[in-house]
Amino acid sequence: MALYVVTALLLVTSWMLDREKTRRALRQGWKSFMGILPPMVTVTLLAAGAVALMPPEVLASLLGEKSGILGALGASLVGSITLIPGFVAFPLAKTLLDGGAGVPQIAVFLSTLMMVGVVTFPLESKIFGSSLAFARNALAYVFSLLVGAVFGMLGMR
Amino acid sequence: MNKKPSFLQIWGAPLATVGGTLLLALWSPETGRHIWALERENLLSLLQFIPPIFVLIGLFDAWVPREQVVAHLGEHSGLRGTALALALGSLAAGPLYAAFPVATLMLQKGAGRFPVFVFVGAWSTLKLPMVLFEVQSLGMSFALTRYALSLGGVLAIALILERLSRRISPPLSENSLLPPPSSR
Repeated sequence: MALYVVTALLLVTSWMLDREKTRRALRQGWKSFMGILPPMVTVTLLAAGAVALMPPEVLASLLGEKSGILGALGASLVGSITLIPGFVAFPLAKTLLDGGAGVPQIAVFLSTLMMVGVVTFPLESKIFGSSLAFARNALAYVFSLLVGAVFGMLGMR
Repeated sequence: MNKKPSFLQIWGAPLATVGGTLLLALWSPETGRHIWALERENLLSLLQFIPPIFVLIGLFDAWVPREQVVAHLGEHSGLRGTALALALGSLAAGPLYAAFPVATLMLQKGAGRFPVFVFVGAWSTLKLPMVLFEVQSLGMSFALTRYALSLGGVLAIALILERLSRRISPPLSENSLLPPPSSR
């Protein structure tokens, strides 16, 4: 909501300062939006499909406290593929923790969830090129496993 | 690059995905309903971020001159450029894929690769509103440990990507998804 308010304020200011420029800005914004719309349809649908086909029981057993490195790898795969907004992911992570998931596994899950995007890869490659997009995701993936390792070494519960 | 993509090139993948999902829903209505519920959620959260973000992109494009971007976020903007990129990314709102069009515009306007990679990294995992949420759900020590680690990770990843990108041609801003900025 705050985003809408800020945007509206800026838009009004811009309109009062220079109408022609503002028209151009809106046209440019619309063009950018139309550029991103088709891949976005693909991305959100694929993400919804991935989550729907992955039953919660599987998720919980993958991430169990004693699941160790295999659990962390499982968590990283689930996190890389799915696309859940943060305000859903954190409560979900809490639920999984309460349901017996391990802290390092959850850390890996959250980190990959935010940084690695398999379904958004086509979108990302259009901007960075496929090799850089691949490198970014691969680095983020390895980094997320490291985060899990640190959580494990700290013995966080 | 200058060739306009055909209708099929633009809409082929989305239409195939919709078609595939519909087939799946026919085969298993249960799954179909589940997917639709999730997709509706996705679309609603998109609606929350996407329209203002694209208006902001347009305004940014119209009002911020290239020289300003180069000076503050350019290849030679140094530590201050990095700090600014971190701040911009962590104050952002919306899922990571909303960051990509913004990153494109930054590159087109002359931002350096390292700052842009830092920006995307910060957007992915250092968003401040999300940290508050994380503290609330998972506790202070969990959230802060992860945040501190991620800060280091984002910078390290950006550094490696910048090195890699120097060897890759054509330059980033040419394989772009957005129309060229109007006020170049």
